[in-house]
Amino acid sequence: MSAITQKRMKTIYAHSVLILASVLFLVPFIWMVSTSLKPLTQVFSFPPEFIPRPIQWENYVEATKYIPFWKYTFNTAVITILSTIGVMISCPIVAYSFAKLKWRGRNVLFVITIGVMMIPAQVTMIPLFLLFNQLGWVGTNLPLIVPAFFGVPFSIFLLRQFFKGLPDTLREAAKIDGASEWRIYWQIMFPLARPAVLAIALFQFMASWTDFLGPLIYLTNETSYTLSLGLQQFQNQQGSQWHMMMAVSTLMTLPIIILFFFMQKTFIRGITFTGIKG
Amino acid sequence: MKTGQKLTVNKKMARAPKSKRSNETLTGWLFASPWVIGLLLFFAYPLISSIYYSFTDYSIFQAGDFVGMSNYKELMTDELFWISIGNTIYFAVLFVPLSIIFGVALAMVLNMKIKGMSVYRTIFFLPTLVPHVALAILWIWLLNPEFGLINAGLEFIGIDGPAWLGSTFWSKPSLILMSLWGMGQAIIIYLAGLGDISEEYYEAADVDGASFLQKTFKITLPLLTPVIFFNLVMGFIGAFQQFTLPYTMTNGSGSPADSLTFYVMYLYDNAFNYFRMGYASAMAWILFIIIMGLTAFVFWTSKRWVHYQGD
Repeated sequence: MSAITQKRMKTIYAHSVLILASVLFLVPFIWMVSTSLKPLTQVFSFPPEFIPRPIQWENYVEATKYIPFWKYTFNTAVITILSTIGVMISCPIVAYSFAKLKWRGRNVLFVITIGVMMIPAQVTMIPLFLLFNQLGWVGTNLPLIVPAFFGVPFSIFLLRQFFKGLPDTLREAAKIDGASEWRIYWQIMFPLARPAVLAIALFQFMASWTDFLGPLIYLTNETSYTLSLGLQQFQNQQGSQWHMMMAVSTLMTLPIIILFFFMQKTFIRGITFTGIKG
Repeated sequence: MKTGQKLTVNKKMARAPKSKRSNETLTGWLFASPWVIGLLLFFAYPLISSIYYSFTDYSIFQAGDFVGMSNYKELMTDELFWISIGNTIYFAVLFVPLSIIFGVALAMVLNMKIKGMSVYRTIFFLPTLVPHVALAILWIWLLNPEFGLINAGLEFIGIDGPAWLGSTFWSKPSLILMSLWGMGQAIIIYLAGLGDISEEYYEAADVDGASFLQKTFKITLPLLTPVIFFNLVMGFIGAFQQFTLPYTMTNGSGSPADSLTFYVMYLYDNAFNYFRMGYASAMAWILFIIIMGLTAFVFWTSKRWVHYQGD
């Protein structure tokens, strides 16, 4: 009996710690959404109130007119979708050759790939800018899309580990049946790697959707801006339009939350994978 | 005799796949070719030219002349360079240990087997999903000295809140606070680590009548050290590349009084506002050396404190 009450006490204690911490983690969110729905007069009321009175859905409409919101959303979507397709095409095939094909130079190249992951992006940032500048790509979204089609070292590494875990017998059996290497990859291995490919696609999607430094450097023309830059623009022009800034922040976060909601398992598997062996 | 025979057979068997292997070499390179090109174009070439640029006075408008070590020498006497390093170290030294303490503590609670745990876990992960620009703007608003929620909360318990981002003393702690809010990713990695610790250890400890604290310090923390180590390294690397949050929060100015000018912000300024590409390249290489040095140092100390299960 006393063991049961002790256990119950422990559960109650855990719940109270978790609820308190959850509130601390949730409140900024609720505050963002609540501010986005308030009339401007209530935004500056003190002490602050959580419930908007009245709920002003118009803030969202107003905010999307304040900056070229839909144009920026379209730009962001183009960059995000194309670069995600890029990594889905390039990374699995490279990773497959690292994991399953035996070729001269493979190990050296793989070690180099691991080494490249440790170089801070700032080191390559300036020469890349000058390179893209010479190609005439600065001001277009090409520098934010094209590199993805040539592979991302971290994603290649992650997928390689995944392919390593698939049995060799699959490949050998297909070989005996006379399948070409391309067919083995495309019809057997790639479909099997779908969960891992989905994970790296999600990472790329998030990275592109939220990227700030890349667009800041390369998108020089306001009509080609992404949401990250657009949101910053808000801050420049009359920084006091808090209700609209919160509306756009909410809109920008929403797609990621929806994606997370539907693909929670893939998300978390991908993230934990990076830390699994410490 | 028998062994000799065996050897020749083995040799034959080894030779047979050789032509196959050279065939596979072609296929292998072909399959890897996108990355080979990517590696040369987007990593090798910029890496080498970045070293070269760091010894020139390259700007977009003029081809750079070779100036030897002068960029590096100038950096040593550049006051803002040292300020930016100081700010970055301040942030790293406070944020990384705090994120480990809170992260591990939260993960341990989140690892308990009680009802509704997946809801809690989702809540702690949610802030990680907020894009950094949006996160910065949200926190400027939360930390607003007059109308912000944080100072209102402090006033509610009788504390007169500081000016946060308006104060040189509180600006960096503000940044640490908002970064701690978004550390869900680290928590998930800790959770994975906790999940890997075998139940048997705890069962054995329970038989011996160990207390909660004893179990935490003798079992959980030591066995979690590989994951803590991983988050420590990643935390330092991330802290040294801090850019989007302070840049957005200060509109690139690093104000008040450069208290939020971080290393990469100053690097960005030199490259893309003053167009001193050579000077900024030198900064990038110093950053690389700092990160490598730090990582090597953490690896070196890890032999003393990182325990692997089964060791």
